[in-house]
Amino acid sequence: MFAYIVRRVLATIPVMAIVALFVFSLLYIAPGDPAAVIAGDQATPADVERIRASLGLDRPYLVRFGAWLWDILRGDLGTSIFTNLPVATMIRQRIEPTLSLMIVTLILAVSIAVPMGVVAAWRQGTWIDRAVMGFAVLGFSVPVFVVGYVLAYIFALELDWLPVQGYTPFSRGFFPWMENLILPAVALGSVYIALIARITRATMLEVLQQDYIRTAKAKGVGQRSILFVHALKNAAVPIVTVIGIGMALLIGGAVVTESVFAIPGLGRLTVDAILRRDYPVIQGVVLLFSFIYVLVNLAIDLAYTLFDPRIRY
Amino acid sequence: MAIMKVSRRSALLLAGGALAAPRIADAQANARTLRFVPQANLSNIDPVWSTAVVVRNHGLMIYDTLYGLGADFRPRPQMAAGHEITEEGRRWTITLRPGLRFHDGAPVTARDCVASIQRWAKRDVLGQRLDGLMDGIAALDDSRFEIRLKKAWPGLAFALGKPSANICAIMPERVARTDPFTQITDYTGSGPFRFRQDLFRPGDRMIYERFAGYAPRSEPADFLAGGKQVHFDRVEWIVMPDPSTASAALQNNEVDWWETPLPDLLPLLRRNREIQTDLVNTAGNLGVLRFNFLQPPFDNPAIRRAVLPAVDQRAFMNAAIGTDPALSTIPAGVFTPGTPLANDEGLSVLSGPRDLEAARRALREAGYRGERVVLLSATDLPVLQNLAEVAADMLRRIGFNVDLQAMDWGTHIQRRTNRGPVDAGGWSAFCTTWEGLDVSVPGSHMPIRGNGTNAWAGWPTLPRLEELREAWFEATDLAAEQAIAREIQRVTWQEVPFIPLGQVLPLMAYRRSITGVVKGGPALFWGVRRA
Repeated sequence: MFAYIVRRVLATIPVMAIVALFVFSLLYIAPGDPAAVIAGDQATPADVERIRASLGLDRPYLVRFGAWLWDILRGDLGTSIFTNLPVATMIRQRIEPTLSLMIVTLILAVSIAVPMGVVAAWRQGTWIDRAVMGFAVLGFSVPVFVVGYVLAYIFALELDWLPVQGYTPFSRGFFPWMENLILPAVALGSVYIALIARITRATMLEVLQQDYIRTAKAKGVGQRSILFVHALKNAAVPIVTVIGIGMALLIGGAVVTESVFAIPGLGRLTVDAILRRDYPVIQGVVLLFSFIYVLVNLAIDLAYTLFDPRIRY
Repeated sequence: MAIMKVSRRSALLLAGGALAAPRIADAQANARTLRFVPQANLSNIDPVWSTAVVVRNHGLMIYDTLYGLGADFRPRPQMAAGHEITEEGRRWTITLRPGLRFHDGAPVTARDCVASIQRWAKRDVLGQRLDGLMDGIAALDDSRFEIRLKKAWPGLAFALGKPSANICAIMPERVARTDPFTQITDYTGSGPFRFRQDLFRPGDRMIYERFAGYAPRSEPADFLAGGKQVHFDRVEWIVMPDPSTASAALQNNEVDWWETPLPDLLPLLRRNREIQTDLVNTAGNLGVLRFNFLQPPFDNPAIRRAVLPAVDQRAFMNAAIGTDPALSTIPAGVFTPGTPLANDEGLSVLSGPRDLEAARRALREAGYRGERVVLLSATDLPVLQNLAEVAADMLRRIGFNVDLQAMDWGTHIQRRTNRGPVDAGGWSAFCTTWEGLDVSVPGSHMPIRGNGTNAWAGWPTLPRLEELREAWFEATDLAAEQAIAREIQRVTWQEVPFIPLGQVLPLMAYRRSITGVVKGGPALFWGVRRA
């Protein structure tokens, strides 16, 4: 197992290298010029060139890529063209809100969606099953930003229970932190809950048809034990896979959710950087997201062994 | 030893007080803090390096200027106590007010001003004129410096106090020695607010604190001139990219002031009794349709003129900011309506009855051969996108073969630097807006520049307009400036380097507890207080 983990961690290196090459090349060929954005309309072409040179954007592709890669290998993500702040500092400033949002959403989604899916499968064909599936369809169909606006309208503007926007760091207390995260997490989690609930239901329906479930029932095992110990554990592998895949959904959804709730996270940092063509920031954030995604996939693969002892690495 | 007895009632009161104390302290701190939602993220903080409007607004908070414009758009001494002009206008001796200090406590000296002017003069359009005219600049002593000119320039005080980007921000000499094409890293300012660099979170929050060492002038505040009295200890700029969120935050009392509410959210805000919508930036923005002079078909002046009878400024303004006539001004000429140089010279080309048939006829007679007209549209800026949609429709209706190309602003900015033909990634026309303060005078009015390859994108070569601009710099009184402005407008209708599309007057929204907002231009944070 340990050797497998080491191999997988080492395997992230070529993956990250390919991502780095891809991101850098994509930005290189993408239209847009930060020097023109900075220079403004009053600038002469010579001014724009001078700014481009001062930013090192006039150097050939290979030279720029080589310099960037060398910096990355030394642990330096570079400096933002616009803010003059190190990219690592900007990421550090923004990572807590995004991680907080993703963790709270993940906990919320799994703790709601899995029981929902289990109950829907158990009560297949009843009004409970239809209600759960109806909710799932709604969760898939309604965009995250619409859910966000509706929640903010009801719980912030009308009831005045929660703030409309912003983020309070965890260091200022659990409740203030949570106060700012409840609405965004519910909004972001809606589609995630729908996804996990549907997969849980479908997998559970399949497992509940198995012979060993019938045997357990014949032996007089309680309903709760059958559902959550025998069936759910055997249905867990596809559910865990979907939870892992859904992390990409969360990362993408966080961009929208952070904008709707004015949460200063990595999603907004990425969008701002793309709009301004702040290349070092875009490259740094995309690399980080890729790394997180690779690690999540590794964690999911390792989790399989917990649910299915037949899986060995 | 005496033992103090505490009753249960007293203990409860004490505990209640202890619990309430932080909330009371928070409320008191909030009362001294102004929470403001700016128009955009403050992505960089050097007002000489960047021309972004939001950076200029930041610059006005933390830096002071030697001169400041009053509400009448005339310059008045600000950091300067006054000046003496000798040698037939070629030598300006400027004396600083006593008691001026930088945020690090050091006194503002003439050497700081000299270095600041020299850096600004390399980047700003009026600064570059000064740079070309300057025969020398030197500190005479700690409080006086002189500027020697090759020829007289009556507009020097205006240039040093210009309100549009780039402002001539006065920085410590050590900071102002930075290459003008490189960002500064030391934000020690001279203005009424101190920037908390340690709390700078771009894309989220910028914190400004009242600078206790600032010495305001004794006169009342008058736009960018007069006494900049600060009544808040702290101003927080909170970046909110989503307008609906900013609107909800303002309604929920989570922020006090929102700089750029969307026009379609104004009715919602007006229904809230706690919120006031107000025209603060009376200069607004001028909508502009810009042509590329280097490529067909708009390299032909007759084709450019053919568009004029079709331009319906009301349609452009309705699309840009909505149908409320209070949110825009038409007809708008070359100069910002409501400012001293705005005039009605030949304005009937835009204010008379619109005549699409006349435009079609003029286009045929001008020899248009169906060349593709690439019209650029920036989809992430709704006002510009809407102006481009109306322009595309207008041009199609009079017979142009229009190719409306949608892109984000970052691409738009780069694309319009391409001088090549449309088949090689070039362009024919685009719509944009200019800050009303910029286009209120010829000196900073980029759309009228006719200096060829050094002109604003479109690159017209129009020597007559350049001559008139030059004449404006040398005008000695307002009457002379106004005569020149009329002539500039007359030539503009002949050469059509651009077409004005109307003046956009975006409102700001703030809670009624906020009073004393200074009007005339961008959001300013002196004079304003909590009622």
